[in-house]
Amino acid sequence: MAHGTAAVARLDSPRSPYARRKTTRGNYELYSWIFMRASGVVLLVLIFGHLFVNLMVGEGVHAIDFAFVGGKWSNPLWQVWDLLMLWLAMIHGTNGVRTIINDYATRDLTRGILKGLLYLAFTVVVVLGTLVIFTFDACPPDAPAELLASFCTA
Amino acid sequence: MPTAPAGTLYRGREGMWSWVAHRVTGVLIFFFLLVHVLDTALVRVSPEAYNAAIGTYQTPIMGLGEAGLVAAIVFHAFNGIRILLVDFWAKGPKYQKVMLWVVAGLFVVTMAGFLPRHLMNVFGGGH
Repeated sequence: MAHGTAAVARLDSPRSPYARRKTTRGNYELYSWIFMRASGVVLLVLIFGHLFVNLMVGEGVHAIDFAFVGGKWSNPLWQVWDLLMLWLAMIHGTNGVRTIINDYATRDLTRGILKGLLYLAFTVVVVLGTLVIFTFDACPPDAPAELLASFCTA
Repeated sequence: MPTAPAGTLYRGREGMWSWVAHRVTGVLIFFFLLVHVLDTALVRVSPEAYNAAIGTYQTPIMGLGEAGLVAAIVFHAFNGIRILLVDFWAKGPKYQKVMLWVVAGLFVVTMAGFLPRHLMNVFGGGH
């Protein structure tokens, strides 16, 4: 009778060791989180400045007309200001609404349709707004002079 | 996937309600932004088209709407700074409730500076 082979205890560890699931999507959500905070600070300055100049100075909203816009966009500072505001606000807002859609739209199809509409609106508004800022003519030749900024006739 | 969450993570009070208000004001501002870029784009159609559109922004009802819009922006901006401090300042989470009352105070001060001026422009002798 062979003296029993040494019984080697072969116990599996009670739980498989903790392993963080690697997703294939990289750090997209981290960058989006950082972007919301960084762009938020810049937007605070840009939008408060925009509201102050357009609503508080002079006659406020009553002073806004085509000539007012012509006067502002003949200054490169306001062109850059508005372009930056357009892009940052649209990315910040689209990313915020994307988060909300992801939170509340639980069906894949609903979520897909809503995000499709969101990205379509983003593209149309950003492209249109950018074109408007770059192709704007403060003194269109066939327009009545009294509707234009004073420098058009000077 | 369950249709309703099994429990709720948030339990009301300052933390949850400021989060709700941040979402609601954010969505409002976003939809106004879409409309605002479209109305501004009318400068590429003609001066008359732009002036007609912006003229609707100068009516009393829209003037009240603008006051609401500015209120939403001011809250979203100040509460956004509070979120930043909660995330990046070591003592931020500890003081998140206090900071919401600071946000409320700054909101009142800012609106007290803005509202009289704007309402005078909207209702008082504008032309």
